[in-house]
Amino acid sequence: MNYTEKVMDHFMSPRNVGKLDTYNAIGEVGNASCGDIIKLYVQIDENNIIADISFQTFGCGAAIATSSMTTEMVKGKHIDEALKITKDQVAEELGGLPANKMHCSNLAADALHKAIKDYKAKNGIV
Amino acid sequence: MEKRIYLDNSATTPVRPEVLEAVYPFLTEHGGNPSSRHKEGRIAKTAFENAREQVAHAINCQTKEIIFTSCATEANNSVLKGYLSGLRGKVVKNHIITTAVEHPSVFATAKALEKDGYEVTFLPVDKFGRIDLELLKSSIKENTGLISVMMVNNETGNIYPVKEIGKIASEKGVLFHIDAVQAIGKVPVDVKEIGCDFLTLTAHKFYGLKGAGVLFVKWGKWTAPFITGGHQEKNRRAGTENVVGVVGLGKAIELAVSEQAEESERLRKLRDHFEKRVLEEIPYTRIVGDPDGRVSFISNISFRFIEGEAILLKLDYEGIAVSTGSACSSGNLEPSHVVTAMKIDPEESHSSIRFSLGRSTTLEDMEYTVEKLKNIIQQLRSFSPVYDKFITQNQKESDRRVQ
Repeated sequence: MNYTEKVMDHFMSPRNVGKLDTYNAIGEVGNASCGDIIKLYVQIDENNIIADISFQTFGCGAAIATSSMTTEMVKGKHIDEALKITKDQVAEELGGLPANKMHCSNLAADALHKAIKDYKAKNGIV
Repeated sequence: MEKRIYLDNSATTPVRPEVLEAVYPFLTEHGGNPSSRHKEGRIAKTAFENAREQVAHAINCQTKEIIFTSCATEANNSVLKGYLSGLRGKVVKNHIITTAVEHPSVFATAKALEKDGYEVTFLPVDKFGRIDLELLKSSIKENTGLISVMMVNNETGNIYPVKEIGKIASEKGVLFHIDAVQAIGKVPVDVKEIGCDFLTLTAHKFYGLKGAGVLFVKWGKWTAPFITGGHQEKNRRAGTENVVGVVGLGKAIELAVSEQAEESERLRKLRDHFEKRVLEEIPYTRIVGDPDGRVSFISNISFRFIEGEAILLKLDYEGIAVSTGSACSSGNLEPSHVVTAMKIDPEESHSSIRFSLGRSTTLEDMEYTVEKLKNIIQQLRSFSPVYDKFITQNQKESDRRVQ
């Protein structure tokens, strides 16, 4: 299966790239030996809304596209809402991913969950 | 049509006009079966046997030593599996020696044989991808039946010392198979001079058609049929002859061999210029392979901190076709076994791109590719967490030094 038009769009013009100037949560997953590392920078406001989010990704087209898509899907959302977003939903938003990319390159949702859980623990939010 | 720069000639080459011209009559008016006794059959037979002579002349062997196959994968499988299965029930020379950097058609076949109970030695390589001949020599045992080493590596372009291996093999009385798929038209291939027992080729790597391969078998070495059926190929490989593919192969090999020296030199200049610019103008890049023993048609370069498929897709968008042995573009997620065998860092092993030059490649193509690469690499690194970490660490270290 080839990449969908939407995957290619997010890959060629990724949204929310780089490192935010100010952020209060980070989530990183993956490792170099499997070929994908995704790091999310998140700014969560006093109402627990994701005010801003950005990503850095080392990885293939799918890894970059899913990172970009994930940031777009959760920006402006309450962290509890954001926690409900799954990898499958990210892939679905992109019109699907090749089967072999689902497991290894679709890690941005994991990185997001990690960032939010860390933030909650740090700030004593249950 | 949009302008494309095709730098993936080691994957396959387009059919050249002379080949098309040679095969055209056999796609149109001459459709006979070479085994038929009528005129149509005789025309096909004559053309088919003429191609056999062209191949024999190109690699310096007898015509009866040429067996046409459907591709090199078939030929490689046939040598490894067929040779060994021919030993069943006899004094068992059930040990094969090969390398850790073979093409999958040999590498995976050897792995499968290992699973079936045969003994296989995969010779390791150093960081440049070179094998150690002393180690090869000392790996030969009483039960070693076959050595299989490629002539030119498909990912790095490394040239392996097949002549020296041929000498060792014949001294020890071991059969020697060469996968020469990437060698034709790139280096001289002379089976007499090399002294090998088996050698495999495929037409589509030198501007012939897909679906036509060659297995050279030294006369008298192996007579068992590896595909049973009709009498074709002296009862060794049954099946109606692929007249179109083989006629094209004959023409293609004739041209590739006659142009080899000049074309190698032309592409060496382009390749060296390209590499010089890339290494000078894009930081953290490196040649993957043996800088002193490569064909001039391949340039494998690693671009640290980014993954190869991302580079491939961006280049493709800019009209440039390349390939990556790495992982993510080729369906499996591991870095290539060739790069892994060279013990390159996992992170860097995902970052290599193979540029394989060919007849259509011009200096302008290579200049254009460098310019596009500069932007693409910079852009992808700008959001690479690995690059960010590396730069931040470097910054900290230099700050410490200043203090």
